[in-house]
Amino acid sequence: MEASVDRIADPWGGRTPYARGAAWPVRTDTHLAPGTTTDEVDRWVQTASLLHSNGDAMDIAVRDGRIVGVRGRAADRVNRGRLGPKDLFGWQANASPDRLTSPLLRDGRRLVPCDWDTAMGRIAARSKELLDKRGPGSIGFYTSGQLFLEEYYTLAVLARAGIGTNHLDGNTRLCTATAGEALKESFGCDGQPGSFTDVDHADTLALFGHNMAETQPVLWMRVLDRLDGADPPRLICVDPRPTRVARRADVHLAPRPGTNVALLNALLHEIIRTDRVDGEFIGAHTVGFEELRRRVASCTPEWASAICDVPAAAISEAAGLLGSAERLLSTVLQGVYQSHQATAAAVQVNNLHLIRGMLGRPGAGVLQMNGQPTAQNTRECGADGDLPGFRNWQNDRHVADLARVWNVEPSAIPHYAPPTHAMQIFRYAEQGSLRMLWISGTNPAVSLPELGRIRSVLAQDRLFTVVQDLFLTETAQLADVVLPAATWGEKTGTFTNADRTVHLSEKAVDPPGDARPDLAIFLDYARRMDFRDKDGGPLITWDGPQEAFEAWKRCSAGRPCDYTGITYDKLRGGSGIQWPCDETRPEGTERLYTDGISWAHPDVCESYGKDLVTGASVEVVEYRSLNPDGKAVIKAAEYRPAHEEPSQEYPLQLTTGRTLYHFHTRTKTGRVPQLNAAAPEVWVELSAADASARGLAEGDLVDVTTPRGSLRGTLRITGIREGLLFVPFHYGYWDTAEGYGPSGEGPGRAANETTVTDWDPASKQPLFKTAAARLTLVRRGDGVPAPAPTTTASAPARPDGIRPTEGGPDARATQSTDVPRGDSTPDEAARP
Amino acid sequence: MNGITLTLRALHHGERHLEDELRAAAERHRTEHEVHHVALDLAGWSHEHAARLAEAGRHYALDLDGPPGHRDPGGALTALREKASQALGRRPEPGLLLLHDLKDLYLAAAENSLHWEMLAQTAQATREPRLLELASSCHPRTLRQVRWANTTIKNLSPQILGAL
Ligand code: SF4
Repeated sequence: MEASVDRIADPWGGRTPYARGAAWPVRTDTHLAPGTTTDEVDRWVQTASLLHSNGDAMDIAVRDGRIVGVRGRAADRVNRGRLGPKDLFGWQANASPDRLTSPLLRDGRRLVPCDWDTAMGRIAARSKELLDKRGPGSIGFYTSGQLFLEEYYTLAVLARAGIGTNHLDGNTRLCTATAGEALKESFGCDGQPGSFTDVDHADTLALFGHNMAETQPVLWMRVLDRLDGADPPRLICVDPRPTRVARRADVHLAPRPGTNVALLNALLHEIIRTDRVDGEFIGAHTVGFEELRRRVASCTPEWASAICDVPAAAISEAAGLLGSAERLLSTVLQGVYQSHQATAAAVQVNNLHLIRGMLGRPGAGVLQMNGQPTAQNTRECGADGDLPGFRNWQNDRHVADLARVWNVEPSAIPHYAPPTHAMQIFRYAEQGSLRMLWISGTNPAVSLPELGRIRSVLAQDRLFTVVQDLFLTETAQLADVVLPAATWGEKTGTFTNADRTVHLSEKAVDPPGDARPDLAIFLDYARRMDFRDKDGGPLITWDGPQEAFEAWKRCSAGRPCDYTGITYDKLRGGSGIQWPCDETRPEGTERLYTDGISWAHPDVCESYGKDLVTGASVEVVEYRSLNPDGKAVIKAAEYRPAHEEPSQEYPLQLTTGRTLYHFHTRTKTGRVPQLNAAAPEVWVELSAADASARGLAEGDLVDVTTPRGSLRGTLRITGIREGLLFVPFHYGYWDTAEGYGPSGEGPGRAANETTVTDWDPASKQPLFKTAAARLTLVRRGDGVPAPAPTTTASAPARPDGIRPTEGGPDARATQSTDVPRGDSTPDEAARP
Repeated sequence: MNGITLTLRALHHGERHLEDELRAAAERHRTEHEVHHVALDLAGWSHEHAARLAEAGRHYALDLDGPPGHRDPGGALTALREKASQALGRRPEPGLLLLHDLKDLYLAAAENSLHWEMLAQTAQATREPRLLELASSCHPRTLRQVRWANTTIKNLSPQILGAL
């Protein structure tokens, strides 16, 4: 069966229902440039999606040396051939006419083109001068969630052992830091416990602050196919917006932002009160249950109802579903991670699974999700606030082991304090102790909170900023040196999705102009800096992606994220592979913790944990006495009110987030016609009740103001909870007259003009979900609706007169449920 | 005045003092965002401790809250802030002032911790279950305040002192 579907109007495509426990049927999605047929494609080149964390496997169609489309890989365990709208159309950004094609150097107010030797020479000279005069602490690196594993690992080695700085983090800090921290708190170590295949087996799905329909549309297709099949799962949704998930849920809880811990404590209270706990599992595999029982004893649904503004009966009903589940799959994302008490709340979801014994079995698992496509790799390679291979900076044996792998003295690797997190790196730059910041593949001038402050940090004369990117982003416009980078489809490497599936992404075409792979740039820098190991040999011994991958394998050996059984060849052709993968597990590992908790032992664990309120590190002695045998830690948390609550001056709450059609700061998706047309401009969501109380209507131009600043957007009236504003955070200034910030007249359009500089003390993830704000009318809309999609959580409360979001003829993709022939048969992929 | 009332008084004074110091530090170090926010959270704990101590004091005929107007948090804060800005003016680097404040907070919390220890010990020896309960519910938080100051100093000092 083959059909052609407008995948902007129908982002999830057609259904292929399946029953619980059955294999998810194949559906191959293809989109080729208009006028191109499959026969005209010269080559298909293997890769996976770089526009979200799902890791949808696909092949790039190449014709005459250009990318002309994509096709989902039917053989892959993750998507079984399906692609989301960003996957289908996003490749067009590669060929944008405004790609950077040459390095740029600042000359007064202008950036002028130069050659690579000049640009890299300038960077190396400044680095050496700073090392000499101010030491390694004056240099920092801020990277992305979109580079490849090989690039992060190389960057981690050169920063930590070459420069010797502690200041290296990724923008995954905004995105996935709480996932990693929550796993460390509960299981002693990072590593996703569950698998996407748990969707096939679950009888109950609970999505906590996870708008899966928009953030991981292909995984949502899997859920939709289960919901339409025999024996469908029950669905619980916690989200203040009327998302697609909420619309399909059996129970939808829309709590007041900032109250997740209160809600979760009440759910735990009910499960314990009704004795739905698995005493045997608790006894065998956990410590800390008694403390949790005491902590939630008074957290009744009525108590939480008053705090969260959710009916107590709905909380009891949700607890009833969670408590009676036999195969419970929970997922968690930004509604928890970017909110007040982020780690404490994410940990309570882990606790739910620990006390119910819902772990390590098909359908029973937790997915602490990622936002970015390669976020998992920053975490495991040590390009974020961790040491490579999930090594523990507080454990001298781990540091010595890393020093052995790198052939350096342990003292060459900074480990006197936890690796510095992104928000603190910017603080050091602000306060002047950090004098060089190298930003690769990310756009902090739009994505970090409180943009006025961020712009002023980046614009300082005393700070030397290097920006490595595809386009002249808002951040690049403030840089001293700009380096043009190659991207997906133009370079080779691997990356790992949110359920530990490693994919190979091969080079399909040449990068434009003089643009170079990020790996090549880092290697060039390392050569110029002449980093040495302790015997005087080169610190970095590899020269290309495959060698870098082999080097990383040696670093991962014996660690939880063991890659030693994976090779580029093994990744070619069939499906992605889930780590850990080694001699004893050559096919990879579908689920962690199938035989108890493996990595929480004091000698093995990545972290001894932190105080969830103060962020204070737990010391090894304490950890040993609490958890001598290395069981899972059930960590209780008390609810605390958010730091910024609504007031008379700022009576509303403000939360920011994403929409289906864009990725991060739109550097790519804003240059893709189908995606851009679906959501071309910023908007502001408000409930119908709040709108009528203020005499506002759909399409009115409004200002949203917080103590940090304002943004201007068009009003969309939706079914969002009362008292709450939502603004998508994607929109910056590169496609406006000013270029990198708001123009003189009136406020800008970036949501982060208004967000607060505050972060979770444990995970250091900034809070984007709990600000207080006020709304003022600028101009009547006169009936022209907001430029917001109608297909998503932004759907209008009253659709009449609002044109539905459509893509037209250029947005059609084919979907085929025929089983493809050739080397990628679905049976091969249908590993259990 | 017996040993118990003596300790209650010292502790009540100490918790109030710590609360004020935490709020003053939060105010002074607004641009150190994590310190600012966490210090305010921790000030809330000390506030609660002082209230519970005052409540307990009533059973021992102690009026720890003092006459109305006796404590003027605004005034105390203003005085502290003045002291702070003077200090700021004298010091070359605000980072140093931060370390200095964190050190004071650590010591103030540690002093409270010792007093909680004394109260718990005396309560056990004199069989005062109410006070024992109070100490065992408040003391852990005091220890968390101590650890917070310690961790923050540990994490920030390399950069602050290294960059001098
Ligand atoms: S939009 Fe950005 S911050 Fe949000 S999940 Fe995606 S990558 Fe992470």
